[in-house]
Amino acid sequence: MLGRTANGLFWMYRYLERAENTSRLIETGQRLALTRLGNSDDEWRPVLKAAAMDQGFEAAHETLTRDAAIDWMLRAPGNPASVMSTVSMARQNAREVRTAVTEEVWEATNGAYMAIKALLARKVSDRDLPQVLAAIRQRTALVRGATHGTMMRNDIYDFVRLGTFLERADNTARILDVKYYVLLPSAMSVGSSIDNVQWESILRSVSARGGFRMAYGNAGSARDIAAFLILDRRMPRSLAFCVGKILDNLGYLINDYGTRNEALDHAEALAADCLHADIDDILDQGLHEFLQDVLTRLALLGRQIEIDYRFSE
Amino acid sequence: MTEKPTFDEMWGQTDALRAPYQELGNWFEGEDPARLRAKTREAEELFRLTGITFNVYGRDEAEERLIPFDIIPRIMSGSEWRTLSRGIEQRVRAINQFLYDIYHRQEIVRAGRIPAEMIQNNDAFLPQMCGVNPPGGIYTHIVGIDLVRTAEDQFYVLEDNARTPSGVSYMLENRETMLQMFPELFQSNRVRPVQNYPVDLCRSLAACAPAATEGKPTVAVLTPGIFNSAYFEHAFLADEMGVELVEGHDLRIVDGRVAMRTTCGYRPVDVLYRRVDDDFLDPLNFRPDSQLGVPGIMDVYRAGGVTIANAPGTGIADDKAIYSYMPDIVEFYTGERPLLENVPTWRCAEEDAYNYVREHLHELVVKEVHGSGGYGMLVGPTATKKDIAAFRHKFEAKPANYIAQPTLSLSTVPIFNRTGLTPRHVDLRPFVQVSPQGINITPGGLTRVALKKGSLVVNSSQGGGTKDTWVLQD
Repeated sequence: MLGRTANGLFWMYRYLERAENTSRLIETGQRLALTRLGNSDDEWRPVLKAAAMDQGFEAAHETLTRDAAIDWMLRAPGNPASVMSTVSMARQNAREVRTAVTEEVWEATNGAYMAIKALLARKVSDRDLPQVLAAIRQRTALVRGATHGTMMRNDIYDFVRLGTFLERADNTARILDVKYYVLLPSAMSVGSSIDNVQWESILRSVSARGGFRMAYGNAGSARDIAAFLILDRRMPRSLAFCVGKILDNLGYLINDYGTRNEALDHAEALAADCLHADIDDILDQGLHEFLQDVLTRLALLGRQIEIDYRFSE
Repeated sequence: MTEKPTFDEMWGQTDALRAPYQELGNWFEGEDPARLRAKTREAEELFRLTGITFNVYGRDEAEERLIPFDIIPRIMSGSEWRTLSRGIEQRVRAINQFLYDIYHRQEIVRAGRIPAEMIQNNDAFLPQMCGVNPPGGIYTHIVGIDLVRTAEDQFYVLEDNARTPSGVSYMLENRETMLQMFPELFQSNRVRPVQNYPVDLCRSLAACAPAATEGKPTVAVLTPGIFNSAYFEHAFLADEMGVELVEGHDLRIVDGRVAMRTTCGYRPVDVLYRRVDDDFLDPLNFRPDSQLGVPGIMDVYRAGGVTIANAPGTGIADDKAIYSYMPDIVEFYTGERPLLENVPTWRCAEEDAYNYVREHLHELVVKEVHGSGGYGMLVGPTATKKDIAAFRHKFEAKPANYIAQPTLSLSTVPIFNRTGLTPRHVDLRPFVQVSPQGINITPGGLTRVALKKGSLVVNSSQGGGTKDTWVLQD
């Protein structure tokens, strides 16, 4: 398998995952804005920040409005991380690795691109927003489904999974980091209704409301939320889950190719901290510091994978 | 235009269905046009989803377009095809022998059959290939011969494509589409299959592996990348053959071999089916600014470390100036009379021809010697006065750059549009694979159709469409 192909697959799935996460973030932001009183435009700053789009947005805009924020996240051509940009990049990568993915995966990706392009051709009205966001998630889910159902479980699939889970771990860590203050011990004791809305928004932005209730009932605390999203291996968007998958897939690759590499060292070190840590230790240490550390190490891991598997010359 | 009426392949000149179209005609009679129109839309949807698009050079925005597909197949009888394929085989054999000769002793020039300056002054002639012996002695592994028809028994070769003929993915996808949309037609007609093309190609390429090969030959397709107009086809072929699709920067020379950068390090490639032009193949030997090729690949090639398909320098055989010598070429190397005719051609480098052509621009087709894809071409009878005047200006400045041919009354095959069946001009590009094991011609090929009424230009870049092409088993 070509190093360039591995690169294309890895990024194709990173972009798809990112498009999906962005749509989820917009939905959460919209919901938060609608369920709260007062000036809601400011609510969009943390949303932009969670999507790592705040700096780009501020460079291109004088003031922050809800409309501008949503448009920036959904369709701005000047924003390389907008849903439209990432879906286009995913499709371009899919074209480049056309021979590595199945026909069904290619068609699902191309179909997603065409459908989303049509939906985002014009500014999305408030009324259409829920359907548009749902369509983005459905379309990316179709690609995931085709991937799951038709791709060989070989090195190609390993790179697909590595891209998916690196991006997802990064996304979950960033969402937690933007909202970490809501989960801090000082806030934990309060349990006011506003905080409940905030907590819920965190769970919503990783589609984990139902899962959390299943695991903790209705009495879950802020500490439980942090534990759920960082350490719970049952939760498919938790750091522990994502890092566990990264470790698995790197392991398969190493088995396949017969050589151990540095990327695995990075992943193992990361896993030791995410999988086997105690939530109270993390909170004592400082949630923000912990998450910043995880984000840095995820970036390093990504770079090491690119080097070890010869993504480029 | 010629006086003779146009030959329609479905109806002949008698308004009675020609034999190969009998079953199709009956089927069409019983069909509801509304259903067929829906089917046409369905086909387009399918193409868009599978991503069969091509890029049109010279357009900024619409970088991806579909080639229109027409649902009415073009049909040939088994005996028509046998006649054609004998002619094609003869021509392809001669082309390979010609290439060997041109890059070795140039007997044909010594014999005075082709003027020496036609070769020496030709940009398509690659001095770097002189004395090189390609593995298996094959120069053109893949050839597309463009044919037109003017009457029941009259075919002409319009041009030979000996460099990197494209379009085979359309041949395959068109058939796939027809099979999906109208399975019943394949029960009432015995259509010879084309689907083996990729497997045959892979085998044919592997049979040309160089001496340096260890074990089973590794084949790869070399593409300029996703922005190339034929990228879809490159990916399609690599996928169907089950080989890697590589770009120049995936390759480098390692220990005297061409090697591709895999996730486990560099691995040798034995046969490179390249869809990159000669000029861009090797920045050390050709264009130094090329980003698409592999520095030093020509040196490996000359040393027998890799097979390049088609061989560099094959363009000399399909150059439009050489075209007019093809009947001599066929005769010289095979000792036989050419089975397929050339279109009569004026070489405007010659004074008499030039004088004739400049007086008759309005009735001739004039082509640039090095042009391709219908660019830089004048179709006299359909051109406006302004077009002709503009063309005359270029033409008279450099007559040696042009050849001219009479406007042939190309045969028609009906297309299905809003008004029902209506005739449009077509050509045909059969695809040929060449290896030491023999010459293999896929029954059928790519039929291109000019969708505009009366138009003779079938190029996809100029608004042409395609049809599935059937050869019947008889």
